[in-house]
Amino acid sequence: MSGTTIEAQAGERALLNEPTVGDYVALLKPRVMSLVVFTALVGMVAAPVSIHPVLAAIALLMIAVGGGASGALNMWYDADIDARMARTAARPIPRGRVTPDEALAFGIILSIGSVLTLGVLVNWVAGGLLAFTIAFYVFIYTMWLKRRTPHNIVIGGAAGAFPPMVGWAAMTGSVSVAGIVLFLIIFMWTPPHFWALALYRCRDYERVGVPMLPVVAGPEETRRQIVLYSFILVPLAVTPYFIGLGGITYLVTSVVLGAVFIALALKVRRVTEGREGDAAAKQLFKFSLLYLFALFAVILVEHIAARVLA
Amino acid sequence: MNAHMKPGNLEPESKDELSAEAKRLQRMRSIAIALALGFLVVLFYAATIVRLGGNVMNRPL
Repeated sequence: MSGTTIEAQAGERALLNEPTVGDYVALLKPRVMSLVVFTALVGMVAAPVSIHPVLAAIALLMIAVGGGASGALNMWYDADIDARMARTAARPIPRGRVTPDEALAFGIILSIGSVLTLGVLVNWVAGGLLAFTIAFYVFIYTMWLKRRTPHNIVIGGAAGAFPPMVGWAAMTGSVSVAGIVLFLIIFMWTPPHFWALALYRCRDYERVGVPMLPVVAGPEETRRQIVLYSFILVPLAVTPYFIGLGGITYLVTSVVLGAVFIALALKVRRVTEGREGDAAAKQLFKFSLLYLFALFAVILVEHIAARVLA
Repeated sequence: MNAHMKPGNLEPESKDELSAEAKRLQRMRSIAIALALGFLVVLFYAATIVRLGGNVMNRPL
């Protein structure tokens, strides 16, 4: 075999092994990004003032890119534990589709690009908040808290709660009580949501040494904390009605779905053994996604309807 | 036909030649990068026009 042929085959192999567009999209955690986009959109639509639709679209896009960038940086840092957990083993870095260096460069470029674009084209309050969100998720949650404390997702959950505030700031150039209330709803929703998941994924976290609450304090304490946080979350989720952020539809939705949320949390506390215990935790996990989506969707629809009818 | 390729032989003979699959992947990557760059150009152009608004006409001619 000639030297040129070997070179050609090596070049060919290198090209075929290079990451595809799909691999880079997977680095952005599209499912998390969709929640970021949705909650940010609600923050934007609920804001009392509006900006030019082109600038609003750019703001939403940059919030999405910033959220995706923090996901890529999280995958870069957590590649070692991702490879050993069933839920994350198929991510691009553990599969060998993207190298850690490529993921790091991709995450840094998108982080800087999204913050600068949002700051320059929309406003610097929103740009600054987006920068803080990315930094909080990467440095505070991923690098500092995640592997050190069982309260990792309680504090780290703030990163996922910022998007509606960034959306609100993009429209108004400021932070307000309404934006903070939207932040607090996601902030208090995160612990029961993730602990329900952690209850039936406990072994995965234990194997890789991530101190999730069920691993460190045990399932019984986790179930108690889930109920505790649910009782804080549900009344808090009703407050948008009282500050004019949500209407009567929101009030009814938040009360009815909140009652279901608490009932499912109490079921998680009551049914603890075997498959029924896992099923109860799974049920709460899935319902919590629907709960948050429904609350924000109602706010979105009410504000759009109010503008159409005005 | 490329000078390095023999008739009926689809295997690449030099580093300049790639299989159809490698070429397709390379083309897709190039298109993705071109689209991303083009999109950024349109994005900044549109944002500039929007931010300038009516002021775009307010200049000495």
